Amino acid sequence: MARVTQLKVNGRLHTIDADPDTSLLSVLRDQLDLTGSKYGCGEGQCGACTVLIDGNSRRSCVTQAGAVGQKQITTIEGLARNHRLHPLQEAFLEEAAMQCAYCTSGMIMTAVSFLRANPQPSAADISHSMEGNICRCGSHPRIVAAIQRAARVMNQAAKESPR
Amino acid sequence: MSGKTNLEPPREAERYELVAPPAYCFEVDRREFFKLLGAGILVMGARKSAPAFQESGGARRSESLPNDIGAWLHIGENGTVTVYTGKVEVGQDIRTSLAQCVAEELCVPVHNIAMVMGDTQLTPFDMGTFGSRTTPTMSPQLRRIAAAARDLLIGLVATQWQLDRQHLIAANGKILDPETKRSVEYSALVKGQQLTQTISAEDSFIAASQWKIQGQSLPKAGGRDFVTGKHRYPSDQKLPGMLHGKILRPPALGATLVSLNAQAAEQIPGVTVVRDGNFVGVVAPTPEIAARAAKSILAEWKTESQPSSKDLFEYLKNNSDGSKDESGSVEKALALSDHRLQQTYSVPYIAHAPLEPRAALAQWSDNRLTVWTGTQRPFGVRSELAEAFRIPEERVRVIMPDTGSAYGGKHTGEAAVEAARLARAAKRPVKLVWTREEEFTWAYFRPAGVIEVAAGLRGDGTISAWEFHNYNSGEAGIKTYYDIANQKIEFHPTRSPLRQGSYRALAATANHFARESFMDELAHLVKMNPLEFRLKNLKNERLRAVFEAAARKFGWERTRVPGHGFGMGGGFEKAGNVATCAEVSVDRTTGKVRVVRVVTAFECGAIVNPGNLRNQIEGATRSLLGGALFEAIEFENGRILNGRFSSYRVPRFSDVPVLETVLLDRKDIPSAGAGECPLIGLAPAIGNAIFDATGARIRSLPMAPNGLPANDKTFARK
Repeated sequence: MARVTQLKVNGRLHTIDADPDTSLLSVLRDQLDLTGSKYGCGEGQCGACTVLIDGNSRRSCVTQAGAVGQKQITTIEGLARNHRLHPLQEAFLEEAAMQCAYCTSGMIMTAVSFLRANPQPSAADISHSMEGNICRCGSHPRIVAAIQRAARVMNQAAKESPR
Repeated sequence: MSGKTNLEPPREAERYELVAPPAYCFEVDRREFFKLLGAGILVMGARKSAPAFQESGGARRSESLPNDIGAWLHIGENGTVTVYTGKVEVGQDIRTSLAQCVAEELCVPVHNIAMVMGDTQLTPFDMGTFGSRTTPTMSPQLRRIAAAARDLLIGLVATQWQLDRQHLIAANGKILDPETKRSVEYSALVKGQQLTQTISAEDSFIAASQWKIQGQSLPKAGGRDFVTGKHRYPSDQKLPGMLHGKILRPPALGATLVSLNAQAAEQIPGVTVVRDGNFVGVVAPTPEIAARAAKSILAEWKTESQPSSKDLFEYLKNNSDGSKDESGSVEKALALSDHRLQQTYSVPYIAHAPLEPRAALAQWSDNRLTVWTGTQRPFGVRSELAEAFRIPEERVRVIMPDTGSAYGGKHTGEAAVEAARLARAAKRPVKLVWTREEEFTWAYFRPAGVIEVAAGLRGDGTISAWEFHNYNSGEAGIKTYYDIANQKIEFHPTRSPLRQGSYRALAATANHFARESFMDELAHLVKMNPLEFRLKNLKNERLRAVFEAAARKFGWERTRVPGHGFGMGGGFEKAGNVATCAEVSVDRTTGKVRVVRVVTAFECGAIVNPGNLRNQIEGATRSLLGGALFEAIEFENGRILNGRFSSYRVPRFSDVPVLETVLLDRKDIPSAGAGECPLIGLAPAIGNAIFDATGARIRSLPMAPNGLPANDKTFARK
């Protein structure tokens, strides 16, 4: 099988060298030094490795590097724009929605994708959408609150500067 | 930790570990310090000369750093305050709360303080971060040191300005004469200085009622790095030229290697195979090649027949020993009582399952070893490494980057030792990150246990006799806080089929589950309200206060919605008092149990950081939900059968109940830690609420791994 030699990550084309069945998580962490995406289970059960592929949240530990092709990958490192944090990143800080924070990047990436599909979610909607992400420290309600806060901020911003 | 064939009682380090103070304390070589830290002012805190044990300071070390110091603080020429402590950050946010203590006493903004933590070369010895000891021991020590530094600075200015020091105050990084408004910054004061001071453990500090910085909720120190992915956890560490390791695991616990054929692995370019006794590992340029190489190794292992989870509780009882704590005459009192009851409770092995599995990066250079790893005991891991490689501890440095949680499960240095062994063979730095299955199998577990309780009651609901036997799970929280004239309480250490060790709150969870469930059973036996029954048998004012506060906030006397039940549980542990009330709903057709609402009242003396305290209480409560409802390790003949998140059920978002916390702030009582105590009342509160809802009494954790058992007659009847 042909080796994977290029990946589009965080708006840039990166040169890599990987077997097509290497996990995307491994390529991001070991070849591109993007260690914000975490290994937690290797079977898509905990969500710590979540990235966006063409805007949709995907578990990078069970995504093969060879399956990504030309699609755009966004990791937690690519979320802030010009040193300005994404509203979700701000909201996680404001709500102190983390303890050890090892799950945080996966939580934020899952929520980015979810909020695009559902910009005005209820707390129950959020809980449901985050079911695949594990937090072992027990910060769940603060994470829900952070996502709600970010939704409000993003809706407000959209109102003030309509596209 | 006790091994498979070890009959010694499980070691709960903070209870048994004795580290005696050194016989002599010699002068500190100041030049060494300033060479290391730069010019400025250095204040060191002598550790308290406690007779029993010392958790910070006191290790023998042959380096130039002193051995009688628990922590130190340095004010550099640029005004930066650096605090050195051997405590570590695993999500409990002590990096922030300890900085708050220093900021308060030293009168500087919190963001001026850098915390250097858990680096065996830079920080004073510390036994480990566990047992909810940081707040009661390290916080006062740092406050004393910071207060002494402030007084030292005031003294310097008093001399310079030829003023009585009474006229001077410290505020916002300056020493100030309020009358003349004349002031000088700390940075200007320390320029060119090489001043040291060692303070005693008894110096005074600011009273809780006067706190300005402590007692506030501050955001997590360095929070931005955690939401941007910039923070480097142990598993994210990298070094130039680094290789990746993989360990060949035997098919069962305790297996021994008979033969090995690694030819295929050795033929892969860049791969080194390491065999040393039962240890077999590979080193390769990438984790994928390492995994492929390990998989290609043909190994034959000798395994031994071992107990399985289905026979666990019988096994524990049949392989035990005993230690007694008796007052009065239980037998006589039981015989004379109006009501008697006896029950057996059990808890399984559970895994800590920290989201970041064990990881280590090891580097050898000139026969010196440096290891970056996630552990609650960096100095303990240093000893493990020194012992494993037969080198002096001074040649080992362990660095603990803020880690992806631990919950009592990272007291040991397995990955550190393995990575170091591979790195020595490869002559290059090696990183080893355990897989989830490895973390579930080769770490250690919370001890399983069987608890037998018997009690006698008088007609008015007074408990007259109490007998309590704990097999294997441990002694933490084994004593009853209810006032009972005749008691017999026994802990029975047992041969443990699995490797077991500490877990957040230790055995207090199991002992409180049994005791507080049994209290509920006794209350129903004499037809009393469980709250009233507890208060009737309880004199301790602090404990009464939390029970009453939780019940009030919860609305204990409210009418239940059909299918819902209320339960309570509480207790005393690690100098904290807690009471928890829970509301559950039970689906009568599926048996599914849902915890709807939990109210926890908590009192741990004076509150340092209420936001962080709430976070700890709520987090503790939510993390124990899994142990109460779902979690149990299944094993058979030395194999873990459910060592993955797809088969080991942990709490998820939809499991999380509404949580309300009542904080009782006792400014007159020294602050205690909060990482453990808050969770001990939850399991019994849930069990008692299930009984209230259905009439089904559940005496084994986990209570509802797949809903309530459908064949439970009592449940079916209701």
